[in-house]
Amino acid sequence: MGVHRGRGFAAINYPIGMNLGGDPSQALVHSNPDGKFTVALSSIDLGQGMKSVTRQIAAETLGVPVADVYVDTADSDTGPHCMGSFASRGTHRVGNAVIQAAQEARAVMLEAAAEELEVNAADLVTDGQGNIHVNGAPSRSITTMAACQAAQFKQGRTVSGRGIFLIPLSEVDAETGEMTPVSCFAHAALLVEIDVDDETGEVTVRDMQSAYELGRALNPKLVEQQLVGGAWMGMSHALWETTEPYYPDRNHGPVDFNHYLMPGPGDISPHHISVLERPAPDGPYGGKGPGEMCANPVLPAVANAVYDAVGVRIDELPITPEKILRGIRANGGVKPRQRLARGAR
Amino acid sequence: MARTPIVFMLNGSERASFADPGQNLLEFLRRGVGDLSPKYGCGQGTCGACTVTIDGETQLSCLTLAESVAGKHVQTAAGLAAGATLHPLQEAFMENFAAQCGYCTPGMLISAKALLDRNPTPTREDVVEAISGNICRCTGYEPIIEAILAAAKGRARA
Ligand code: FES
Ligand code: FES
Repeated sequence: MGVHRGRGFAAINYPIGMNLGGDPSQALVHSNPDGKFTVALSSIDLGQGMKSVTRQIAAETLGVPVADVYVDTADSDTGPHCMGSFASRGTHRVGNAVIQAAQEARAVMLEAAAEELEVNAADLVTDGQGNIHVNGAPSRSITTMAACQAAQFKQGRTVSGRGIFLIPLSEVDAETGEMTPVSCFAHAALLVEIDVDDETGEVTVRDMQSAYELGRALNPKLVEQQLVGGAWMGMSHALWETTEPYYPDRNHGPVDFNHYLMPGPGDISPHHISVLERPAPDGPYGGKGPGEMCANPVLPAVANAVYDAVGVRIDELPITPEKILRGIRANGGVKPRQRLARGAR
Repeated sequence: MARTPIVFMLNGSERASFADPGQNLLEFLRRGVGDLSPKYGCGQGTCGACTVTIDGETQLSCLTLAESVAGKHVQTAAGLAAGATLHPLQEAFMENFAAQCGYCTPGMLISAKALLDRNPTPTREDVVEAISGNICRCTGYEPIIEAILAAAKGRARA
């Protein structure tokens, strides 16, 4: 009887986006009479930071301050079409659509500025601070607001742009079974250390160490936030979340989210994260986005750690105390892998 | 049915409104008084999104009869900032990226404020205990714990 320490490792290769009938997202960008920009999207921000990241991407492409961009995701009925915020596709798909839309809007803004300055639009650059000037002659300048207002009130142009990013459906080759469902992969590796109590079957997560490769981290703090919260969800999925009762009568099972166990603030473990930035060739400014990958490696790593700690191989989630105790009984006792390995030497 | 007039203090100022018979404090605050900062998560006392303080004690407003706050002091997250100046806890939540969707945040802030009011130098365990009745589905709790500890440190310095 006692507590057994175990370590488990998992590495994953994670596809960004999906392949069901093609994977498109659209974006529309336009300037407002005050010279600021609105990005209209139907992609929902549910806390993952979609609005912040698309705002950064739009500002970078337009060449205006982040403060001058507003992202409107209010209405998926009237907004441009988007497949949705899932499959870790947001940053990659929507970000690319925003770049295309912002490039088109920027071109009109520069034409409007060129007309006001009486120069060629090709000679104009933006400083990212709200000014447009002639390349090499910063004194010949106009503010982005003045250019947008001239477009709207003098020249009769819409400073606007349309964008779409589409990964087309990849059909399966009937002969070979080959297909190309994904253009972009992210990667992760995670090491977890746990304690298993062989009397209660309870698992305590002690420590997590992880490395995530997710393209360029477009907003490093938001990436970290997603990785921390996502690993917690992975831990929850691995060890807590079930609607099944532990004991036979279904009526004893949870009936709503109030009874759906998830780890609380006292159950979390230290998590040491490294982020590797390898910009994706087809990602917006190289970004892939962490997405669901934050949670995924935790599950197999925990299952491996349980095997390492007590020799019980569990292949059905979540890994509840009951399953561990039944496994120990079926094995005729606790068989820690580390002790086995030592015995073998 | 007769509605009951209730006079109470909300975030330091006197307020009066009518409560429906049997109305809970959460609905009364949101619909009657117009303070939308306490959130409706579960309506049955398990999520903490509706946390307020009544005379300095944390309470779940969804389980509190509105009539019971007559003459008492109620505090909600809406009362934390002074004009444009955020409360140190709000600053710390912002600095530590302690909100993602933000739905749990008003309840977390109130639980944290009640903790720091009675214990200005909490340990990590004290913080965990103080927010253990508040469920967060996004952050994994770590940034929230960090934020509350950071706010406590800032306060100790001042
Ligand atoms: S709404 Fe009151 S505890 Fe959930
Ligand atoms: S930030 Fe979403 S529930 Fe806590």
